[in-house]
Amino acid sequence: MATPLVVSEVAKSFTMHLRDGVRRPVVANVSFSVKAGECVVLGGPSGVGKSSILKMLYGNYGVDEGQILMDHDGKLVNLATAEPRTVLEVRRTTLGYVSQFLRVVPRVSSLDIVAEPLHARGMPLEEARTHAAELLSKLNLPRELWGLPPATFSGGEQQRVNIARGFITDHKILLLDEPTASLDAKNRAVVVELIAEKKAKGTALIGIFHDEEVRDAVADRILDVSAFSPRKTAA
Amino acid sequence: MSTLPLLKVNDVSKFYGSRIGCRNVSFELYAGEVLAIVGESGSGKTTLLSCLSTRLMPTSGIVEYHMRDGQYRDLARMGEAERRFLMRTDWGFVHQNPADGLRMTVSAGANVGERLMAVGDRHYGNIRATASDWLQRVEIGVDRIDDQPRAFSGGMRQRLQIARNLVTSPRLVFMDEPTGGLDVSVQARLLDLVRGLVHDLGLAAIIVTHDLAVARLLSHRMMVMKDGAVIEQGLTDRVLDDPREPYTQLLVSSILQV
Repeated sequence: MATPLVVSEVAKSFTMHLRDGVRRPVVANVSFSVKAGECVVLGGPSGVGKSSILKMLYGNYGVDEGQILMDHDGKLVNLATAEPRTVLEVRRTTLGYVSQFLRVVPRVSSLDIVAEPLHARGMPLEEARTHAAELLSKLNLPRELWGLPPATFSGGEQQRVNIARGFITDHKILLLDEPTASLDAKNRAVVVELIAEKKAKGTALIGIFHDEEVRDAVADRILDVSAFSPRKTAA
Repeated sequence: MSTLPLLKVNDVSKFYGSRIGCRNVSFELYAGEVLAIVGESGSGKTTLLSCLSTRLMPTSGIVEYHMRDGQYRDLARMGEAERRFLMRTDWGFVHQNPADGLRMTVSAGANVGERLMAVGDRHYGNIRATASDWLQRVEIGVDRIDDQPRAFSGGMRQRLQIARNLVTSPRLVFMDEPTGGLDVSVQARLLDLVRGLVHDLGLAAIIVTHDLAVARLLSHRMMVMKDGAVIEQGLTDRVLDDPREPYTQLLVSSILQV
């Protein structure tokens, strides 16, 4: 089986045209790979570029140089140069993402937000809702909230909706941006368990976890992102 | 994933005398894709949309459409009757002002039914049944089917316009500031509705908007226009999260946070 994710010599900088075109390098020479069933945790201090790497992997940030190779349905796709419709196709079937914050869509219920990724892949809505309900109860989201849009939920409740949405599919690669940041101990344990299940199923996971306890419980390997700092190579 | 684009736009320009409407625009649109065209007033968004939808003839360049029979047709070379048939059946056009897209003095049911008759439906009962089904889908009470849109609120009119456009199962829908004059709660409802319909029907859509939040919610891809030219394009998330061009950075940084 092909390695799900290979990142090779990726570099990223921002040019801020509104600040007289200041060029701010973020990371350089990022190279790593993630095997099926492995959880790689990005480590290093704040501002070192951990989130930027995740956003490049998901296609939200452009890439200046290098390759991001993903095994998508048996074909190799370079996400760094892929067409928008290819990126969307990869996101639908191969690449999942649990962001730190939920982007709330007005009027859509929590249950449907969670069910959507399955429905988008062709599962009938009712069946997708059944899976969504299972996951939401596992994450201890009170049943009376399922029918409501999460706009008015607490941080922890929104986060759980977000986690359920990210974990519901069987994407081969899953990106996790601090999924446990606003959760209590009981729900953190549920997320650790969900991650273990994904690993057992052969999902490749890349995550950022500031909570040491969670990190120690899920990480197979910690990748120190400060090694990719462009400032260090420049000095 | 279909392999052939629905619409092929090659180097389209439109000049008004010596003034530039839009220039050198090229892109391809695939079935199921929603493309947002953003930019400030006067940047050429609506001119481009008009050129694509044959409401205006481009000064130069070619727009080709993948017909249901599998052939590509150059829109500029189509006859007027054929073009009008395409607009009434395979395409939809949602105007910013619903009064431009609706017939204000006939009933809501007739507004929807008219498009069905254009594709050859003649059975009154079927037409009325389909019309009432579509009114429900856009959340207009069936008891309003015999009312004229003049008696509707702005949000209802816009939803009726959408029903009128989608009833013939078009493959491509053009929208010009569809949430333009609506207040935010009505906007949210309309956005949710459009999002659902686009997904369920597998539509391709081109949406002109100056509202980046609308573009984020509805579109897969985005083109940013300035002074008639496309200055940046790509995946909507990428353009909004990592804007490259000075003007796009200015646009994104000008969004008010709530």
